[in-house]
Amino acid sequence: MNFGVIRFPGSCDEVDAVLACERVPGASAQLLWHGDRDLHGVGAVVVPGGFSYGDYLRVGAIARFSPVMESVIEFSREGGLVLGICNGFQVLCEAGLLPGALLPNVELRFICRQVQLEVVQAEGPFTHDCAAGDTLSIPVKHTTGRYYAPPDVLQSLDAHGQIVLKYAHDGNPNGSSNDIAGVRSEAGNVFGLMPHPEHAVDELSGSTDGLKIFTSMAAHAHA
Amino acid sequence: MPTLEQARGLGLTESEFGLICEKLEREPNEVELAVFSLLWSEHCAYKHSKKLLRELPTSGPRLALGPGENAGAVTISGGLVVAFKVESHNHPSAVEPFQGAATGVGGILRDIFAIGARPIAVLDSLRFGEPASSARSRYLLDHATGGIGHYGNSIGVPTVGGEVYFDGPYEQNCLVNAMAVGLAREDALIRSAATGVGNLVVLFGASTGRDGIGGASVLASAELDEADASKRPSVQVGDPFAEKKLLECSLELLDRGLLVALQDLGAAGLSSSSAEMASKGEVGLDLDVGRVPLREADMAPFEIMVSESQERMLCVVAPAQVDEVLALCSQWEVHGSTIGVVTDTRRLRVFEGDELVGDMPVEALVDDCPLYDLKGNIEKRPIYPRPPRVLTATDPREILLALLASPNIASRRPLFEQYDCIVQSRTVRRPEQADAAVLSLPDGSAIAVSIDGSGRRVACSPYTGTIEAVLECAANLACVGATPLGLTNCLNFGNPEKPGVAWQLEESVRGLSHACRGLDVPVVGGNVSLYNESGDGPIYPTPVVGMVGELKSAARAGRMGFSRAGDSVGFVGPFSPFMAASELAKLRGEELTLGLAPVDIPARRETIEAVRDAVRTAKLTSAHDVAEGGFLVAIAESCLAGGLGAVLDLGEVYEDELERILFGESPGAGFVVSGTADALERVSRRVPIDVFGTVGGDTLDVTSGAVRITATLDELREAHGALAVLFP
Repeated sequence: MNFGVIRFPGSCDEVDAVLACERVPGASAQLLWHGDRDLHGVGAVVVPGGFSYGDYLRVGAIARFSPVMESVIEFSREGGLVLGICNGFQVLCEAGLLPGALLPNVELRFICRQVQLEVVQAEGPFTHDCAAGDTLSIPVKHTTGRYYAPPDVLQSLDAHGQIVLKYAHDGNPNGSSNDIAGVRSEAGNVFGLMPHPEHAVDELSGSTDGLKIFTSMAAHAHA
Repeated sequence: MPTLEQARGLGLTESEFGLICEKLEREPNEVELAVFSLLWSEHCAYKHSKKLLRELPTSGPRLALGPGENAGAVTISGGLVVAFKVESHNHPSAVEPFQGAATGVGGILRDIFAIGARPIAVLDSLRFGEPASSARSRYLLDHATGGIGHYGNSIGVPTVGGEVYFDGPYEQNCLVNAMAVGLAREDALIRSAATGVGNLVVLFGASTGRDGIGGASVLASAELDEADASKRPSVQVGDPFAEKKLLECSLELLDRGLLVALQDLGAAGLSSSSAEMASKGEVGLDLDVGRVPLREADMAPFEIMVSESQERMLCVVAPAQVDEVLALCSQWEVHGSTIGVVTDTRRLRVFEGDELVGDMPVEALVDDCPLYDLKGNIEKRPIYPRPPRVLTATDPREILLALLASPNIASRRPLFEQYDCIVQSRTVRRPEQADAAVLSLPDGSAIAVSIDGSGRRVACSPYTGTIEAVLECAANLACVGATPLGLTNCLNFGNPEKPGVAWQLEESVRGLSHACRGLDVPVVGGNVSLYNESGDGPIYPTPVVGMVGELKSAARAGRMGFSRAGDSVGFVGPFSPFMAASELAKLRGEELTLGLAPVDIPARRETIEAVRDAVRTAKLTSAHDVAEGGFLVAIAESCLAGGLGAVLDLGEVYEDELERILFGESPGAGFVVSGTADALERVSRRVPIDVFGTVGGDTLDVTSGAVRITATLDELREAHGALAVLFP
């Protein structure tokens, strides 16, 4: 199983994502350059955190038009697994692969904090190695992480089991609607979250809960 | 031709101007005067500090790169080196705190990748006036913090540690010092010496604009005054995205072996970077300013030479490789332009197209700036105003809570949560988990980093206070189990032409030198920031010390929090604290004392090493050095960090002694530790340890004879959270 991790100019956590993927037994990972339409046959795609193209416009608004994203959109239409972390989540929302949008945190500041997440949806390719109701300890770090969707969309997300992770124990750090930390597409093969699972894969850093996302993906990806 | 008056306006003295004419054998033109005025500024030439700094020890078995390069470096395991340096960006930050602090971070990061190291951590050291009484201080704090976060977070380098203190003398002249740490293979380090006559000079990165013109001379080398708003155009504007591309491009150029030399453009822009590269390589350079990509048309040659536009690098490339270099620049979307050539003339010649617009001997620019002897004289009357009295309590419980809530001691969480401390996946100890940040390395070992300094104590005794700062930094490293490998420093002082300030500087450097020799830690580089004064007088003399140490095992890195109920609590060290210059004395509005109790460096070193070894062998559950606020504050901090209370019995203490023991200070001299009774007993075979309590519960409960102090963790936490209100 080979993960592809996209590298935009301004990506910050792409190497971290590669290291996390490589911790999955039997898995490998490679970087995919933003200007290259070829996904090089990877089995799953990670759109990593950072500040793609500087994010001086609306976050993710430029990256969504990059050549590589055209291929990622096509890959997702064919059922390929796509994980968007932080800036990657923002990019996937901008690209229309995920519902909703990310707005500036209520306190308008960057916030870096270990948060507790409740697994709401444990079925499917991203959280299969968790159980519903599990608590995951994973850090967030962002300025624009307040998940927003109109009430009818929120209702539909809930009805279709698309809400995958919520901030637990009143620990919503950014004012996200319904404490939502991560959502997936209706088809279930695209998943975006603001917390950084790639920064919770090593006992030395205090938590390995994030690794479950990557092991789940590896078990469900094609090839 | 420019006049003497213009030269004075640029910060040169009459005799310096005369010397420039002598070196040129004529009067300088506009370009030459601009270049000389910057290279001969205090900021670039260290006119008042260079002689003094020769005292510092700068060699050691682990030194890979000493002072003189963009950053210093020490060797660690696996053929790797750690590069690090601290630098000030005080005056820009006082004028425009967000951009001043942001470009401070950007500048120090460039110093790191300019030697071929990947930046892996940032720390910062900040000083402001009192936040409670000064809206300006709150504004500076908020915006400087924002600027540091903006740059570090966006470029993907974790901000892993730092310190901030608040005292009246920083009200007008805040301090913003940033330290960066980098990692490189030793064989991949690159120097900045331009060599190889006929090799080409390539400028790459952002385009050049009118921002930051005269920053080094106008801002950094003069006192601040009322009209500083008008100096805003002298402050540069940072673009972390541009620097992120520049960083990746630079490291890839080096990785492919395409560069002969590399240098960043910092203070004094193209002038100082080109002159220094030529000087180190003992060559000349011909530059064509007409080939420099510009942000605005019609910039005069002198403006192009002195612009401090950020995110630019200069490199020397063999002609055969220039196409590949430019292609890689274009892949990373940074401008790359060949702007000059290495010559054998030993002169920096500036052309605009075919026209020669400046011609200066490199040696005169870099080496011939006159150096001044300091004329230090101890100031007998108090230089600094008494702090306002804000605490009258004498009850120890009330004092403890007041100290925990004091801006100098309260939790820094509202600040450090604005910084990404984990990107790059190396951070093993984050802020408030341990006294030093710990970063893991591929082979399972780790490095630890810490930055420290106490202006108030240095103001009492520049010599002893500086020694204490070094010892405290080493104590911080010991608490995670690390041995110091090297030290960097930023000397923030007032106007060195005043005898009192000159004396502080001399004494402080003497202390720094003695402490480094006493610990066998070489100074790998640093920075001097003078003229930190306003109409209200000078800042507290503030030497800031940054240290890098190594640990054999990242998995055994120490923590500061009590984390196992039933552990014994002990105190290590020959601790004899004093109220002089303590936080409590400040809250009570007491005047600074003249002098501090002398420090026995070898004895302190023994204690520090004993604690380090006990942490390394995993004997201790926690270790935390006793610093601001004294012993009881350190205990409370260990309780809060681990989320567990403690029950302590200090035994019978004379009532008038109790306050000194609980709240007196002696930085770097004592440690609060916890561990099994058996483990503490083993530590005691090497160094004196007083065991007087047990970890557990949700209350801190201290008894001494008839005196009893109790506070719940919630009460301690609430007091310690006092800074939250500054970041609504």
